[in-house]
Amino acid sequence: MKKLINNPQDVVRESLEGLALAHPDLVRVSFNPVYVVRRDAPVRGKVGVVSGGGSGHEPMHGGYVGRGMLDAAVPGAVFTSPTPDQIEAATRDADGGAGVLHIIKNYTGDILNFEMAAELCQMQGIDTEAVVINDDVAVENSLYTAGRRGVGATVLAEKICGAAAERGMPLKELAALCRRVNENSRSMGMALTSCTVPAAGKPTFTLGDDEMEMGIGIHGEPGRERMPVEGAREIVARMTEAILADLRLPSGHSAIAVVNGLGGTPLLELYLLYRELQRLLEARGVVIARRLVGNYITSLEMAGCSITLLHADEEALDLWDDPVVTPGLRWGA
Amino acid sequence: MAVDRASVIAWLNELARVYSANCGLLTELDSAIGDADHGASMERGFLAVQADIPKLPEAIGPLFKAVAATLIRTVGGASGPLYGTFFLRAGAVCPDKPALDAHDVLALFRAGVEGIVARGKASPGDKTMVDALTPALAAMNPEAGVAAMLEAAAEAAAAGMKATIPLVARKGRASYLGPRSVGHQDPGATSAWMLIRAAADQWRAA
Repeated sequence: MKKLINNPQDVVRESLEGLALAHPDLVRVSFNPVYVVRRDAPVRGKVGVVSGGGSGHEPMHGGYVGRGMLDAAVPGAVFTSPTPDQIEAATRDADGGAGVLHIIKNYTGDILNFEMAAELCQMQGIDTEAVVINDDVAVENSLYTAGRRGVGATVLAEKICGAAAERGMPLKELAALCRRVNENSRSMGMALTSCTVPAAGKPTFTLGDDEMEMGIGIHGEPGRERMPVEGAREIVARMTEAILADLRLPSGHSAIAVVNGLGGTPLLELYLLYRELQRLLEARGVVIARRLVGNYITSLEMAGCSITLLHADEEALDLWDDPVVTPGLRWGA
Repeated sequence: MAVDRASVIAWLNELARVYSANCGLLTELDSAIGDADHGASMERGFLAVQADIPKLPEAIGPLFKAVAATLIRTVGGASGPLYGTFFLRAGAVCPDKPALDAHDVLALFRAGVEGIVARGKASPGDKTMVDALTPALAAMNPEAGVAAMLEAAAEAAAAGMKATIPLVARKGRASYLGPRSVGHQDPGATSAWMLIRAAADQWRAA
């Protein structure tokens, strides 16, 4: 294993110390228990927006803490959910008296730990709502599994709900908005290479030089199919068709698109993929009204990409354009 | 005979020993169908519980709740909240007396197992810890006394654990493998069997 680290056991803590040192104007980092919180939290009268999950997906979630997005983020060990005491402390710190929205990616560990934390918060009189993001179309038979995984739509939900909370939307309405964003979003990912969890020291899986995993999960979970590598155009078409088979996005309608790198993909390739995506959607009469092209929800150093599409209404676009000031996403301010 | 505070402490010490000794086995089972962290997680959690023993409350109910808090804080993943819930619920129904009889022990195992089922929403046959715990609970007959009751429970848990091998996982990370999860013993069912086996071994004289 070759990584730019000191000691595998210290990776998450030392990286969070770096985040705090690099962005003292935006975030504070607590270490006992571990969470990242907006510099000026709690914001009086505003609903707090809190997310969390295993580390290794940076900038998600700590990089999305700041005005217009998350009030707090709770990082676990690499690819391991955070524990309820961390989530509870972060929720308490994010609560400005109007309650707290938990945005949870659909993984068994994340859900159980957030549920326990919510019970602990309720015992202290903190009102919480939870929304589970499950946008990954690669998991086909969700009746017989833990269900679709939460991936790229989480970034969209955090941005849009963060903006709505900033405008003063109350907790119940904010949770309903978050559910709508989730219902109108779908994602699909693919990998060219595996990733190596620092504590494990060896790659999670192996792909041959001429192979790709279509439908990969953000922890390297197996996808739909292992197949020979194709050209960018064919890969984008495969992923987009899988998304559109499951998401109503008629001609003349607008989308917010994310072309996301999984950590080891050059921007040179991501922009090339974006070109293919926009051409494909234009041919179907779908307008990409807003987009992100870059690394937003990663799997350590995995080479590969994911595409997320949100069927966006006026409300979503309007909230999308609101100012956001975080280490990972910043505009309008 | 009954289960007193010393018996409970003996059980917790035994769990720390068992999960440390079987860290490699649980991790190996979890590597096949999960994310290879179950052994390390269980060992970390119960070593933390063991380290807390000098600070644990006197009464057995609050003692179990303190154990739950430590597990929830240190285990992580899905196992932390699940085993944490077991001890939390067990602590909540534990009568305030210095020693527990067979009916009390049954009540706390029932509350603990029902808590795990409610938290994890798994059904028997989903290839989870529930496949060891549900048959164990069903095999518990308090009229037989603590020792015989727990021996029957541990045997039923072992059978349930082995019966997970041919199953297709329908909960947790193993479920993404679908049919590829067949042929592997579930790591959660294995650690759940160890929990009950340790109680049966430690409370034999109770």
